Order: sequence, then structure tokens, then C-alpha cells
Amino acid sequence: MIRLSVNGKSVEQAVEPRMTLADFLRETLDLTGTHLGCEHGVCGACTVLVDGRSVRGCLMYAVQADGAAVVTVEGLAELCPMNGPAVKRGETGLSVLQASFRQHHALQCGFCTPGLLTTAHALLEETPDPTPDQVRHAISGNLCRCTGYIPIVEAILDAARRLREGSAA
Amino acid sequence: MKAAAFDYLAPRSLDEAVEALLQHGEDAKLLAGGQSLAPVLALRLASPSVLIDLNRVEGLGRLEIGADGSVLAGAMVRSRTLELSPELALVQPLIHAAMPWVAHVQIRNRGTLGGSLAHADPSAELPAVALACDATLRLQGPSGVREVTAESFFQGLFTTALAGDELLVGVRFPGCPAGRRHGFAEIARRHGDYAMLGVALSVDVDVDARVIAARVVLFGAADLPVRAHAVEAALIGEPAVVSLAERVAPLATDGLEPRSDHQASAEYRRELARVLVRRTLAKALAPQAVAVPATPSARGNARVDAR
Repeated sequence: MIRLSVNGKSVEQAVEPRMTLADFLRETLDLTGTHLGCEHGVCGACTVLVDGRSVRGCLMYAVQADGAAVVTVEGLAELCPMNGPAVKRGETGLSVLQASFRQHHALQCGFCTPGLLTTAHALLEETPDPTPDQVRHAISGNLCRCTGYIPIVEAILDAARRLREGSAA
Repeated sequence: MKAAAFDYLAPRSLDEAVEALLQHGEDAKLLAGGQSLAPVLALRLASPSVLIDLNRVEGLGRLEIGADGSVLAGAMVRSRTLELSPELALVQPLIHAAMPWVAHVQIRNRGTLGGSLAHADPSAELPAVALACDATLRLQGPSGVREVTAESFFQGLFTTALAGDELLVGVRFPGCPAGRRHGFAEIARRHGDYAMLGVALSVDVDVDARVIAARVVLFGAADLPVRAHAVEAALIGEPAVVSLAERVAPLATDGLEPRSDHQASAEYRRELARVLVRRTLAKALAPQAVAVPATPSARGNARVDAR
């Protein structure tokens, strides 16, 4: 039996040891926003936040998340235990970062987007004013086959700018 | 792409972990950060019947920095902790310089120092850094603790001095003497991939600007990280000037038998060895803004070197 918090809600479940955290989120909790691409740690689509840090959901077993606070893409705009700057809700119901992805066309098919959003979210919590180079390094573990990354980098930088302006105001 | 079924043990103490390993022996695998093991299980390259998770073992995540700049790091210290610790960057700049090259941020958030060393991937950064820093590894078995140098710990491809009933519990990095310079570089297809070839080195320079000691380590070339002994020998006693790098770099391939694979030919790896040794040495031998004394106040200069 494991007990953990997922997007602010407490969850108690029995899990098979070999079930990955990503499968647990998708199959048991029905949180299918977390995507699974390669299932062996290459593509980054399954990135979620565990105790505020970005991790690959396919390289961690659900049993290991016992006692942890997990945030998925579904939780970024909603209740977030970290209450970081990137989770401020805009009028659209999206976080500033999510709205910025939409505005900058930082997604086409959207498969990689949950992993990129959680990764970028963790970056902005830690580094509110990143350089373009820091953004590129931060997302180096997330594969996107549609966009060529340029609009993604622009979206993250623009979100960072807006969040800084917002918190200064 | 799902792991075969296994039993899961999460010991809370080192004694419990040693006991579990003794009991399950060959059927068990130790789970540290899981960033190499979980893919191996997902691809069914291995199917151990028991996983012994070290994440909840008390004390293995400790990072202690001594007054002399030496560091005692528990095996479960995360790569990200090594990357972000400002204190570590001051006293062990080579570790700090290498960390951004270790995979991607999500991997560093889970991956551990001990996991990387015990896995002993020949293209991984941390084993090479441990060798360049002359680190000592603490291995715990049922009959107690023994210490081995990094040099004798790595024995071959994914092969270490760890016995079947032992686990790696910590790593000791000796303090850096005054006048220590360092260098780190690697070439990979993409940043974050395993290196086709990399160099981790330290050079000790005395007050008369002569090289008195050097450790030059190549990784990704052979089945384990190796020291370029010919380069080291050629450096000793020479004045620390940039042109020395050009002179000794061709010796980097002495006795080196690099492998050929889908990423790079042996010939290309030899070329990379010479070029990367030349570049990293040239940087390390360049006049430093201030020589790096061992006093805590002046160690700040070492951090500047690391960038």
C-alpha cells in the first residue's frame, strides 16, 4: 500500500512493484496527461514533478513514490503544493507557462508537451530569469519531433518574462 | 517494454540492506537512482527476482565537506546535489565542472553518485572523475567495510571490485592541494548522451609554476576509464605553460586501444583523445587569475576555473 499526494489530493493504493510511476498515474489514477513515448528514459514525455523536482515517470516505480508529492501536467494550473510562480492561474484556466506555449505555437501534435511543461515549470521555479542557453540545456532531455524547439524556447522565455513582471507588479 | 515481475524490498538501515543482499544474493539487484537499471529492466535485458531499493536507507544521502576540502559523499547522493552544491564547487571544482555533462536534468534529479560508480559504464562521467580525483570507495559487506581506490575499483566493462554480497556505501574525495588545476571535456552526438570520448584531469603546479603531479583520465575509449600515463609522465617537472599541452597531447593515444562502434570508429576516438587532451590541458595550464591556495577564503578562485 502506498500513500502519496498527486496534484494536491492524497491517494492510497496497492500497487505491483514493477508498475512505473507513469503507468500508475495513467492506468490507476486515469491521469492520462502524462504521456509515455519510449518507456526507457530517452524521450522525456513522461516527465512529472516529484517533490518539486522533474523526473522521468518511466524510470521510477510507483512504490518508490510512497510519501512523495507528485504533480502532473493536470496539476500545473490547479492546486500545486509548491505554489511556485509558474502556477499562477490566468483567465484561461491555463498556467502562464501553458498559455505561453499556446500563444507561441510551441506544440503541434502535443505528445511531448506534458513533459516539456513540467520540465520548464521546474526550471522556472529554480531559475526565474534563465538565458536562452539555460532553457535549451534544461529541455535537452525532452524530444519534440514537430516544432524544431525554437517556439518552445521562445514560449518558456516569454513565460519567464511575464512571471517576473507579474511578481514585480 | 514493461519490467518482469519482481519482489521489492526497501530497507531502512544499512544492516537491513546488507542482510537482504546476503539473503537474496544473485537473484537480487540493488536499486539506487534507477536511471540505468530501470531501462535495463524495461528492455528485459535483466530480470532480477528481487530489487533492494537503497533510497530509504538512512545516512547514504549525506554529503560531508571537511575543513581540508576533502569530501565524504554517501552513495545515494544525487547527481543534482553534486551539481548544485556551492560548497562542493569551491573545494572540488572538477566534480562541479563535470556534472552538467551527466545526462539530462531529469536524470540527474534521480541518478546517484554510487549508482553511476557501481554501474561502471565506460562512457560515464562520474567514474572518470573519481579516478582523476584519486577517490577512495567504501564497500560494505557482511563482514564489515573495506576501502578500495577508484583505480582498483574499476576492473572492466560494467565490472567492479564489488563482491556479490557487498554494496558501495560512500566515496571519499581527498582535498585539493594548493596549485591544483583541473579540466573536463567530452564529445557526444548530443549534449546529455554518453560520451564518445571524454577527458577529466587534474594538474598540480608548484609556486615556481612547474608541474609536480598530474592525473589525466580518458573515458569512453576503453572498457573502463583509463589514465593516460604517458601524458602524465611528460608533464611532470615541466613549466606550466600553454605550449606544453600541444607537446604532450599526442601521447594521449599511447597504449590506448579504443573500441569501434556505431557511434565512432577507433581512429576517430584516437583523434578525439589527442584533441580533447590538448584543449583541456591548454586551459588548465593557462596563467590563472590567481594561483589557487588552500586557504578557504582564496578557494573561491577555484570556482572561477570550473566554469
